[in-house]
Amino acid sequence: SKSELKEAEKFSIKEVRIVTRNIGLIDPRNIDEYIARDGYFALSKALQMKPEEVINEVKKSGLRGRGGAGFPTGLKWEFTAKANAEQKYIVCNADEGEPGTFKDRLIMEGDPHTVIEAMIIAGYAVGATKGYIYIRGEYYNSVENLKKAIKDAYEYGFLGENILGSGFDFDLTVRLGAGAYVCGEETALLESIEGKSGRPRLKPPYPPQSGLFGKPTVINNVETLANVPQIILNGAEWFKNIGTPNSPGTKVFCLAGDINKRGMVELPMGVTVRQVLYGFGGGIKGDKGLKMIQTGGLAGTFIGPDKLDAPLDYDSMKNYGVSLGSGVILAIDDTHCAVDIALNVMEFFRHESCGKCTPCREGTRIACDILEKMTKFQATEEDLKYLEQIAYVTADASFCGLGQSINVPLLSLINNFKNEFEAHVKDKTCSAG
Amino acid sequence: MLTRTYSKVEEILKKYEYRKEMLIKILLEVQKEYRHIPRDVVNYIGTALGIPPAKIYGVATFYAQFSLKPKGEYTILICDGTACHMEGSMSLVKAIEEEVGIKPGEVTPDLKFSLDKVGCLGACALAPAMVINDEVYGKLDGEKVKEILRKLKERKED
Ligand SMILES: NC(=O)C1=CN([C@@H]2O[C@H](COP(=O)(O)OP(=O)(O)OC[C@H]3O[C@@H](n4cnc5c(N)ncnc54)[C@H](O)[C@@H]3O)[C@@H](O)[C@H]2O)C=CC1
Ligand SMILES: Cc1cc2nc3c(=O)[nH]c(=O)nc-3n(C[C@H](O)[C@H](O)[C@H](O)COP(=O)(O)O)c2cc1C
Ligand code: SF4
Ligand code: FES
Repeated sequence: SKSELKEAEKFSIKEVRIVTRNIGLIDPRNIDEYIARDGYFALSKALQMKPEEVINEVKKSGLRGRGGAGFPTGLKWEFTAKANAEQKYIVCNADEGEPGTFKDRLIMEGDPHTVIEAMIIAGYAVGATKGYIYIRGEYYNSVENLKKAIKDAYEYGFLGENILGSGFDFDLTVRLGAGAYVCGEETALLESIEGKSGRPRLKPPYPPQSGLFGKPTVINNVETLANVPQIILNGAEWFKNIGTPNSPGTKVFCLAGDINKRGMVELPMGVTVRQVLYGFGGGIKGDKGLKMIQTGGLAGTFIGPDKLDAPLDYDSMKNYGVSLGSGVILAIDDTHCAVDIALNVMEFFRHESCGKCTPCREGTRIACDILEKMTKFQATEEDLKYLEQIAYVTADASFCGLGQSINVPLLSLINNFKNEFEAHVKDKTCSAG
Repeated sequence: MLTRTYSKVEEILKKYEYRKEMLIKILLEVQKEYRHIPRDVVNYIGTALGIPPAKIYGVATFYAQFSLKPKGEYTILICDGTACHMEGSMSLVKAIEEEVGIKPGEVTPDLKFSLDKVGCLGACALAPAMVINDEVYGKLDGEKVKEILRKLKERKED
């Protein structure tokens, strides 16, 4: 609406482009254009540093995992560097299955060399000579651009033997996923690279101890890696000046749903949901009202308009009950039914449950059954109570992060829209129609 | 059962140097070639790689991109991720049923089209979205979907 658009101006906020700095400005299939924008300069600089110095710079920068969990990247590298083994690996998690997330695709499509350069630097830092990019099979353009970029990087001597005369060797291959969300979970992903069904492994041991083929492995998200060349080039202090003390740097947000402007935007950590939604997204489309926002991804929280001023960083879950996750901001207007959305979310989890453990396999099925009954006004108040219990039990008893997180979206929907759920089971009505 | 020469399968196996850990890539190429994973090919690969066929079936049924039944020449994937769901992905499913007569999980009798409902395709800014073979279509509605399908139907005739 008009008033909201005016509102938008008030919250307009400037983009800070680190991981998206080249996107749209260079031809991703032309390595010379990447080099002309300081591409592979960070690699050259890193190769003149000691591996420990590279790790220290990343540690000092405070960079944390953008795959969602926010684990300190430098620490992960250090564990892997210290592990004793002949062979180590660098793996890029480019599976990006989280509904609402499309940033990794756009980074790989628009600037594939940044990811490649980061992986070579990681390899040098931890002593790994082989890397894999595990990417969703459906991301055709990203796959094409990555393959072309790898080929060119070999030709220019950034990959292969004796890189830039340093004596360091590094090989890189692309591996395609075959359509399983759970393969984004790092240990399931490693199983999949090994040619098996992607069922998660028990953690610990974490990949830095025992990863791909049982060897020490760094596994990082695409966006995490894309920060690395700029950190090496500009230094940890520069990076720490952006964002918040606990979550330095930027985050790429993916905006979708009922807003005027959808798309991807890179903003400093600590921006508020309102700034993202109105400053970049231009507010709610048409003359509808904002009902809720899904933040962080499917495993994230649904929040009401009351939480618009929560700052987004790795502490926002703890402090405000708002997930940062993979950076999803999905705006949902008041024409949508909370129960229908809950069913859509749970159907996804049921479908993607790998079936390895009973709580997740059965819990997601039961939750879907109840929600489906609810949308048909056939569920009882008992069913609603049972649904909440199922959410707790499944989260508590599941083997991996998939089953462990279903309570977050489900309970945030139920708690925020209790009246609506109750109307479905008591009065058998739906206010959204 | 049709008789196969397996020269194509051999070619794929050779490309990946008969390496066990390349099973998923091998199956992806088999799926592309035959539009499904034929049972006799599973046995053939099992023998060639020294993997029990049961294990290969396990992998083939785990990943959504593999199918033991033939898929259509055009595999339609309708996104039902939350963003697309909100923008009416189910109306696209309905339009497809009206145009070519199949529901999710089904194939047309002439093996021209198959339809599956999937999670997010990473094109949420274009919701509702679908993918047909390697092409992404966004900002769809029922009419647009029908038009795309009609064009694909005609394509064979010329
Ligand atoms: N980007 C996407 O498409 C998706 C992202 N997610 C996100 O995934 C997150 C959960 O991921 P998980 O890997 O299950 O979380 P986790 O907490 O088990 O691990 C996070 C990272 O820290 C590392 N780590 C943790 N403790 C460690 C230790 N003691 N030593 C060495 N490394 C250690 C892990 O190896 C992993 O790389 C959620 O926050 C969710 O937001 C979930 C689904 C999809
Ligand atoms: C079910 C599930 C799916 C996941 N999918 C992805 C994914 O698609 N991409 C990703 O980067 N991380 C995903 N993760 C998180 C990874 O397990 C892991 O934390 C991440 O790759 C670590 O990289 P980072 O430290 O750079 O974030 C997923 C986790 C779970 C539990
Ligand atoms: S929680 Fe779900 S996805 Fe994870 S291992 Fe158990 S069944 Fe598989
Ligand atoms: S939800 Fe449909 S493309 Fe993401």
